[in-house]
Amino acid sequence: VSRAKPEDDEYWNSSKFKAFTFDDDDDEFSRLKESKRAVNSILVDDDDDEEEEDGVERVSWSGEPVGSISWSVKETASSIRSGSEQSFPKIDTTPSLSKQGSGYSLSSLFKGDLYDTAVRTYAPELSHRKVRWKGNTRGTKCLGGAPKNLEILFRELMARDVALRHYVHYLKEMGEQKLLVELMKALGRTEDMALMQYKEHLNIKDEGQRRDFLKSCLGLPFSQDDATHVQDHYTLLERQIIIEASDKKADAEIFKKFPRKASILNMPIITTLYYSCFYHYGESEGTYSSPENIRKTFRISEKQYILTALGARAKLKSWFDVDSLFNTKNWLGYTKKRSPIGFHRVVDILQKNSAPVNVLQEYVNLIDSPELKLSVALKYKCHDIVINTYRDLKDRQELVVYREKLERDSPEYRKIQELLNNVQIRWKN
Amino acid sequence: MASHLFCGRVNLNILREAARKDLREFLDKCSGSKAIVWDEYLTGPFGLIAQYSLLKEHEVEKMFTLKGGRIPSAAVKNIVFFVRPRLELMDIIAENVASEDKLHPRDFHILFVPRRSLLCEQRLKEKGVLNSFTNIDEYILDLIPYDGDLLSMESESSFRECYLESDQTSLYHAAKGLMTLQALYGTIPQIFGKGECARHVANMMLRMKREFAGSHTQILPVFDTLLLLDRNVDLLTPLATQLTYEGLIDEIFSITNGYVKLPPEKFAQKKQGEGGKDLPTEPKKLQLNSAEELYAEIRDKNFNAVGAALSKKAKVISAAFEERHNAKTVGEIKQFVSQLPHMQAARSSLANHTSIAELIKDITSKSFLFISSLIFLSQTALLSCVSASEDFFDSLTVEQEFMTGVDTDKVSTYIEDCVAQKDPLIKILRLVCMQSVCNNGLKQKVLDFYKREILQTYGYKHILTLKNLEKVGLLKPQSTMRNNYPTIRKTLKLWMEDTNEQNPNDISYVYSGYAPLSVRLTQVLARPGWRSIEEVLKMLPGPHFEERQQHFWFTFLLKKLNILFHLFIIISILPIELCVHKKYIEL
Repeated sequence: VSRAKPEDDEYWNSSKFKAFTFDDDDDEFSRLKESKRAVNSILVDDDDDEEEEDGVERVSWSGEPVGSISWSVKETASSIRSGSEQSFPKIDTTPSLSKQGSGYSLSSLFKGDLYDTAVRTYAPELSHRKVRWKGNTRGTKCLGGAPKNLEILFRELMARDVALRHYVHYLKEMGEQKLLVELMKALGRTEDMALMQYKEHLNIKDEGQRRDFLKSCLGLPFSQDDATHVQDHYTLLERQIIIEASDKKADAEIFKKFPRKASILNMPIITTLYYSCFYHYGESEGTYSSPENIRKTFRISEKQYILTALGARAKLKSWFDVDSLFNTKNWLGYTKKRSPIGFHRVVDILQKNSAPVNVLQEYVNLIDSPELKLSVALKYKCHDIVINTYRDLKDRQELVVYREKLERDSPEYRKIQELLNNVQIRWKN
Repeated sequence: MASHLFCGRVNLNILREAARKDLREFLDKCSGSKAIVWDEYLTGPFGLIAQYSLLKEHEVEKMFTLKGGRIPSAAVKNIVFFVRPRLELMDIIAENVASEDKLHPRDFHILFVPRRSLLCEQRLKEKGVLNSFTNIDEYILDLIPYDGDLLSMESESSFRECYLESDQTSLYHAAKGLMTLQALYGTIPQIFGKGECARHVANMMLRMKREFAGSHTQILPVFDTLLLLDRNVDLLTPLATQLTYEGLIDEIFSITNGYVKLPPEKFAQKKQGEGGKDLPTEPKKLQLNSAEELYAEIRDKNFNAVGAALSKKAKVISAAFEERHNAKTVGEIKQFVSQLPHMQAARSSLANHTSIAELIKDITSKSFLFISSLIFLSQTALLSCVSASEDFFDSLTVEQEFMTGVDTDKVSTYIEDCVAQKDPLIKILRLVCMQSVCNNGLKQKVLDFYKREILQTYGYKHILTLKNLEKVGLLKPQSTMRNNYPTIRKTLKLWMEDTNEQNPNDISYVYSGYAPLSVRLTQVLARPGWRSIEEVLKMLPGPHFEERQQHFWFTFLLKKLNILFHLFIIISILPIELCVHKKYIEL
């Protein structure tokens, strides 16, 4: 609960500053003129003297009850009185524009170490200047009509770091997006401004509107990297909308067998690629929904592509497709199997999708490192590979041990038997 | 209810009582029967101050959650809103007031927590409802006592506000809270600090003290030292996975306002005769504080030492129940029966924590076994345990590699694999940020690689996330400046090779090897003092400083009387840092 301090009375009685009222009949204009003159006297500016009369608009401050004025007024008073010691030793110790939105007059923004004479002269006046912000309920057009005032404001703010920060918070709190963007532009914080604009897309639910909004963001001054990402974001959403529209009513076999669990809209690119590899594998590069098209347009790395395609085709148990992923022709024209991810990982993914052992074995065999190959073979019970490895290592004991894990009459059991009975093999143990 | 607050060496109940008194006063101001409409965010913190019983004593008959539309009908004279000063909440309140039944009007009041807001009141005025309120007040809830040795502001967004948005409101609240603390426990003679925010808080405190110079009462100070540390002095610690019992509960299930919500299956009561078919669907909510004996004992232990502690406790409790066979005389039986409630509470506590430990074990340790539960695990469950724990182990390994400076300049294949598997984004971000922090920024190629992987897998909107992380210094490109982390690590002995998890003699046990930087700074401050690490301090961000609020001789005298305690404040503290500070107080 706020209590009036004795300093207030002193202030009211001793100063020439008048109380704030909401009355529009108050004689604003003369004071505004005075403040403008004060401002202009600090700045070297030659072209805004004439336009005052017409340019000045009657605007009302929508967030400024008396309480905050008396607060800022107290500050003014104490600062004027205590010449040597400022009431706020460090700039940031002013009760900042709290996130909870305590309203302070514009004058309060010019506090603390900002107290040079010029400010002292016009700051109280500024507090009387009513500025109409875009009120939510009234929907009035705002600052378009008072650009000059804003320019001056911004210019002053640029020199005053703390006040600037408070102002930015205030604008954020009040949801003054347009004004915030203007401010950022004026400050040269163009990248921040671009990102701030871009962020708004999160508030747009309708995908068509969001796509259009993203398109409108394309020209903004992002950093080079971010510009590419935003471009990709727009392109992706545009295509997702098209794919979604067509797939929703698609009647291809695959959609019946594996009905879609969710829409593809707003999904990340990798998820979209997976979807495409699942439902549109093999389509020509000409369609938006084909994996090849997505891969090229969004510059997906080989590794990412193979991993994603592998996941999708394995899920569908298309072992043939999986096989083709790894086929490359070497310079002699022979087909070789190659993978940007270790084959042990390929095996893991296949196993998770219940690939039959003979399929698994093929890929286990491609694992380079013998130790890894053996451990993976053991893990996934690829008997033939285990047996062959032990045979190659001439490890009799391991073969014996392994034989006990197998079923009596299985082909693998018999294979081990044969090997153990083979006198030509020179076992090491 | 507040027995946990007596557990520490400072009686924090005084603080709690002061808060309760303020609350009572406000409730009495709105005389007559009342219903409270709660901003949900506040119910947690308030729960630490008062229970419903206190509210009932002051004629609170109903409680509702703040939402749009009309307030449910209730035969009360007053409707009291407990809300944070946020504009969007004002809109809801206005809606509530406007849709009030005109025939049976009730009186309206608002209690803003923690501060009133003129902007909010203006909003209410715009909506035409401001005059409907009889009382508008503020309830200053700054430092809330959580436990006998812990105060918290529960301000979740303060890090973001301070470091990302340059909004230092929470610092102001912190300073105010500290002033309240000093009013109740005496002026703290020494203030040490490191960091920009710490400096601001100290400045505010000094200024506020000057402003209230006249009204200062001479209470013998309970606290000897105040240490203010900026979070960004030590960004590494919150990124690492906590390994104490309480730390892991927080990592996996999240502890909020001293409560944790757990999956109910393990806590189903086995009733006699029932097959246990009707499993509860509501998560089990447990309160965690040091009033619970067992919890106080195991909360700060490394998780690998918890099993032994629990089985030891089980033996003790078993033995206690067996005593009933020895009770022969009426006197002995009577005594046994009088102990029963305590024993039953202990047994129930043991059951709860055994279940929690099992839940944690499912995710973490492959070597940590509870024999009893293992017998009942099915094959598939066992396999899934193993793969989850392998991942946990792998993740921990990578963390420790980063912390010891191994391969911090390359792309980590483990992180790459996690992204490929689409692990939760928070896990990825913690790891890449850790790598960046330990390397003083990432090589451009490495950073670009991670960024691209993240954006492609989790969505382009995360350019905003990545930008924010860069702004606060968590994930940034390498600068030309030298990486000082290895020096800091060596000088302050942040990595201890042979930590003893069972019987620790050094704080590094909490991360099984890594001693939190914030804690080391605290330790060194106490003995031998920060002058011995001037060079290292200079490598950390922000100014370091010392202030004295009392005459030196006074502090000296109090030290001699051995009645002083240390008070540590860090913005956004973790359970694990808590435990180590407590341990430190014990040392």
